[in-house]
Amino acid sequence: MSYVAAKGGAQAIHAAHQLVAERNAPDPDDLQAQIARHLHLGIDRIMAEASLYDRDIAAKALLQAQGDSIEAVFIVRAYRATLSRFLDSVPLNLGQAHLQRHISAAFKDVPGGQQLGATYDYSHRLLGYFQNLPARDEAEASCATSGIPPKATLNKTSVMDLLETEGLIEKSSTEPADAENRDITQIPPGFPASRAQRLQTLARADEGFVLGMAYSTQRGYGQNHPFIAELSHGSVNVEICPPELGFSLCIGTIEMTECQMINQFQGDSPDTATFTRGYGLVFGHNERKAIAMALLDRALRAQELGEKVEAPAQDEEFVLSHCDNVEATGFVEHLKLPHHVDFQSEISTLRALRAQSPGTTVKHDDAL
Amino acid sequence: MPYNFAYLDENSKRAIRRSLLKAVAIPGHQIAFASREMPLPYGWGTGGIQVTAAIIGKDDILKVIDQGADDTTNAVSIRHFFQSVAGGIATTTDTQQASIIQTRHRIPETALRADQIIVYQVPMPEPLFKLEPRRTETRILHAMADYSLMYLQLYDHITRYGRVAIGYDYPVMVHDRYLMSPSPIPAFDVPKMHMNPALQLFGAGREKRLYAVPPYTRVVPLAFEDYPFTPLQAQAPCALCGSTSSYKDEIILDDSGKRQFVCSDTDYCGKTSCK
Repeated sequence: MSYVAAKGGAQAIHAAHQLVAERNAPDPDDLQAQIARHLHLGIDRIMAEASLYDRDIAAKALLQAQGDSIEAVFIVRAYRATLSRFLDSVPLNLGQAHLQRHISAAFKDVPGGQQLGATYDYSHRLLGYFQNLPARDEAEASCATSGIPPKATLNKTSVMDLLETEGLIEKSSTEPADAENRDITQIPPGFPASRAQRLQTLARADEGFVLGMAYSTQRGYGQNHPFIAELSHGSVNVEICPPELGFSLCIGTIEMTECQMINQFQGDSPDTATFTRGYGLVFGHNERKAIAMALLDRALRAQELGEKVEAPAQDEEFVLSHCDNVEATGFVEHLKLPHHVDFQSEISTLRALRAQSPGTTVKHDDAL
Repeated sequence: MPYNFAYLDENSKRAIRRSLLKAVAIPGHQIAFASREMPLPYGWGTGGIQVTAAIIGKDDILKVIDQGADDTTNAVSIRHFFQSVAGGIATTTDTQQASIIQTRHRIPETALRADQIIVYQVPMPEPLFKLEPRRTETRILHAMADYSLMYLQLYDHITRYGRVAIGYDYPVMVHDRYLMSPSPIPAFDVPKMHMNPALQLFGAGREKRLYAVPPYTRVVPLAFEDYPFTPLQAQAPCALCGSTSSYKDEIILDDSGKRQFVCSDTDYCGKTSCK
């Protein structure tokens, strides 16, 4: 009996310890949900650079990567690569988006109204700033709580449409030709890249790289003279049109940030001079990336618009070949792998050079 | 998460095999392919891994080497990867037993056979990239078979150093048509590529390029008549097996800098010392 009791007692103690451990250790699923909720801007960035819209998977990856966002992007990309693709979505109708934020810097008021939404733009960067906000009065409350105001769901006319009607800005290109609208993850990109390929590459490019290149255009390396016509963030329906049905179905909603940029005149005569466009579109809420992408998109159109390609940001092959952080981090960090075979061949070559020429210069019979 | 056999879905594998067929049809010519992100980083051999994933079947026997050795960390890691995602496949360290050999930086010392495939991991598939970084330009140079840039480079070495000073990734002409990077194998290994009975496939994941040298294809290192290709041989026989013909790693033995030379190909070395 005592033997059995002792064994049962050990089990009970183990179970008691388990209870304590479970209370102490954070539940990984709960932690993942908290990351997805509280670090949502970081999650947005991972989804954008991994080009897979899935908050849970991005949160799981960020947790696994211990907060290293490039590592998290990499994990999500590797997962994405294993997924079968069965359909392309119908082009997103951003005119029908539920906007959380919609601003224009080029005009005082715009169709749909200036809507500030959630932004850090006018906050003071003081630790604890958002915990110490003054209590808001009733009027403010009614204004601030409507995260998704109904009026913004209007099929609004865009600022660009108005300028286009007036002939002041170049016409937006119509639907891309099939050959042009190629997914760079399915068909290898080449140069010159089509606009669709360029935009897809930039949309999933490293935010830091895109930001730096965009910044360089503002400092004189490929100038754009940009104005933000419209910057919007909101949610938009994703629709697919299965060929066997022949009509489209909404399969979900994703958040997007879009930037429409107006840029410098283009044209040889007063009649043909127009503003030009730059475009940025990113998964989630990421205004920095959307603006930077629009600047870079415009800079990369230099050749198309007959400008001199002089600055790094205008150089398509340079920018598009080096903006992917999964590619970049892999190749930079692969220097950690052993290279002793190559290095041995270099040592041998150097020794052979030293051995054959005791002097410092090479003597040639034919007086080269 | 459950994954498909050999990680990639069947459509992706088929797309890679199509590019490989094209590559075999045009020896030494780089074929663009839609490289996928693999769960190993770019630079670790994602091109080679994708090629292997696309061609491997349940009956294959896989050998993976890095720096000539089966037991280097990256080789172990890639072998484990295929063991875990291509359940049931056999692996080996024996060059003669393997049906697929994936390699980084070496060609085995043991001669390959017609029923074997060697898959090279390639960091920079473009042999001209150090001389012309733009792929738009190098494509034109390849189209016109204009390799004067590379010949000038060799000539420049000769005037400076009295010989061609390229120790690894030695440029080769394939089937008298395309200049090709043999991948960063030592120049010592380049002659093994020439008229090799095995199919040689090359994968560059980050650069999204595949190329191939079909069996029994001419692979000729660039050289001049008066300055022929002269790869450097090891300075001493292997301290373990005594081989004088193999490529050697140089091992530093102590703080005073004593050296020892041993075979880089561990499988070959083990077999030679048994004899």
